[in-house]
Amino acid sequence: MSSPAKNMNKTAGKYHAVRKRKMTVILILAALLVLSMILALGIGSVFIPPGDVLLAIGNALFPALISAPEGAADIVLNFRMPRILLAVLTGVALAAAGAVMQGLLRNPLVSPFTLGLSSAASFGAALMIVLGPAVFGAFFAGSVVFLGFEFTTKSLLLILSAFLFGWLSVIIVYMISRVRQTSQAVMVLAGVVIGYLFQAGLLALKYVSNDDALREIVTWMMGGMWGATWQTVCILTPVVLLCFFLIERRAWDLNTLSSGDDVARNLGINVDRFRITGLLIVSFAASACLAFTGIIGFVGLMAPHICRMLIGNDYRYLLPASALMGALILLISDTVARVILAPVEIPVGVIMYVLGGIFFLFLITKGHGRYLS
Amino acid sequence: MKITVENLTQKYGSHTVLDEVSFTTESGKVTALLGPNGSGKSTLIKTIADILPPAGGRILVNDRDIAEVSKSERAKMIGYVPQYFHYTSFTSVLDTVLIGRRPYMSWSVSDEDLEAVDAALSTMHIEDLADRYVNELSGGQRQRVFIARALAQNPEFFLFDEPTSSLDLRHQLETLSVMQDVVHKNNSGMIAALHDLNLALRYADQVVLVKEGTIYADGKPEDVLTADAVRDVYGVESEVVEKETGRFILSYEPSY
Repeated sequence: MSSPAKNMNKTAGKYHAVRKRKMTVILILAALLVLSMILALGIGSVFIPPGDVLLAIGNALFPALISAPEGAADIVLNFRMPRILLAVLTGVALAAAGAVMQGLLRNPLVSPFTLGLSSAASFGAALMIVLGPAVFGAFFAGSVVFLGFEFTTKSLLLILSAFLFGWLSVIIVYMISRVRQTSQAVMVLAGVVIGYLFQAGLLALKYVSNDDALREIVTWMMGGMWGATWQTVCILTPVVLLCFFLIERRAWDLNTLSSGDDVARNLGINVDRFRITGLLIVSFAASACLAFTGIIGFVGLMAPHICRMLIGNDYRYLLPASALMGALILLISDTVARVILAPVEIPVGVIMYVLGGIFFLFLITKGHGRYLS
Repeated sequence: MKITVENLTQKYGSHTVLDEVSFTTESGKVTALLGPNGSGKSTLIKTIADILPPAGGRILVNDRDIAEVSKSERAKMIGYVPQYFHYTSFTSVLDTVLIGRRPYMSWSVSDEDLEAVDAALSTMHIEDLADRYVNELSGGQRQRVFIARALAQNPEFFLFDEPTSSLDLRHQLETLSVMQDVVHKNNSGMIAALHDLNLALRYADQVVLVKEGTIYADGKPEDVLTADAVRDVYGVESEVVEKETGRFILSYEPSY
């Protein structure tokens, strides 16, 4: 206390230096993501150089100023772009959901996948594919116009059904963790078991469904970006962005929750209400994406933990960093899945299982003491 | 500021933990809450901290029912340091202490917040730990970080649940003497649940002795802490001795 002015400079100086480093990491991740998107748009059965990719995008945005390169525009804008945007949106939603779940439940091992949400949301979507035509009749095949876009009722019902089941799985696990003071491992175990139950449901649906529905369900179970259309992207973009900003606004509450429920309550947070609404928000974004991609595992586990190591646990910066990292991981994995066995594509879900499985093993062995208590 | 606990009852299921407890304490005083394990000290602290809603009775802050004070306003009035700490990997000491500023921040961190954090770090003598991750610290260092978080909260009243439980001898005395300073200089209030009767004798201005969920005695430390009281409440034979360095309770065997 001898010279408060000097000490003041010291703490504030440290804070601002660390903050600058965090912002730099976020900017680098954003730059890497944009770069990867441009490259991914060019990679495929027909290679398009990055310059032509940019010209094609430029032409779509400012047709009067920039002329489109020969033949490239259609491939870039109509075939590859929706898929790449779907991978990015899904990566953002899953990674942010993972980071938020880990904070809300104070458990480093939870994520949309390990809580069973991925399986449950896929089951919800599959159930709608199989039963939707019978239950909703002509309405199922219809469409609605919203904000100038035409959406098929089928895609909206898919999202709704995926969300309801995804939310259900998260709430079941949350209730189990409340009934008894369960350990972190038990919470994950409950999530895995609930995941199994919904996968059994998926198998049953697969068994009873007709040819068309069957093909759609099989796609879901492997997890892939084949379902990408501009329409899908137009539905998901506002959902993911809205959920992201709603939860980013609560970043300080997530930070506070890391100090325990009692301290958070003393600091003025309505802990139970925050936990339920927070889980609701991220489950909605994640389920909506999973309704179109099927089961994608481990992004929500990998991205937040890598970012914690890079910039620490302050959710104000951790959330955007994790979202960008998740998008980057999923986009690169999907691009590899597209080209590694060309002309055959493998589902990106398969790659995520391999990558994520190795990462999970790292967490529970090397990370011991740091992550598990 | 004055805190009045009025006929407070608290239950876990059918088990009554606190039974019509009443006492008053005010700013400028260190109040020690004493009593054996399970006597209801932690529950009492948590109820005053607005963590548990009372099952009966009420808590008054300056004669105003705390249930009528908004959460954000109350968070600026009463700070709480728990007995058991939660923390996450990859969180620096600075970020941890900054959490105490939650009632004052919406998203960005102001110079005033950083000033409060700086003052809290230097009061607890942990400026040098600011960059370190909390999970890399020793138990004692960590405990001082969490006390610093409550200091950064800048409340009018501090509630401590066994603040010295994981500190070594030197840091127990140092922490309580620092907190006594804060209370006397800033005219804040403090209620601390303690196990060590001699720490209470040395640092407390008021002692509330709890036995099985009721108040056994409430008053000045030297009046409350007698050999008879220690026998009745703790079931331990002891004698009170006066030395030049102060008054001490020497306990020597369980009474039967």
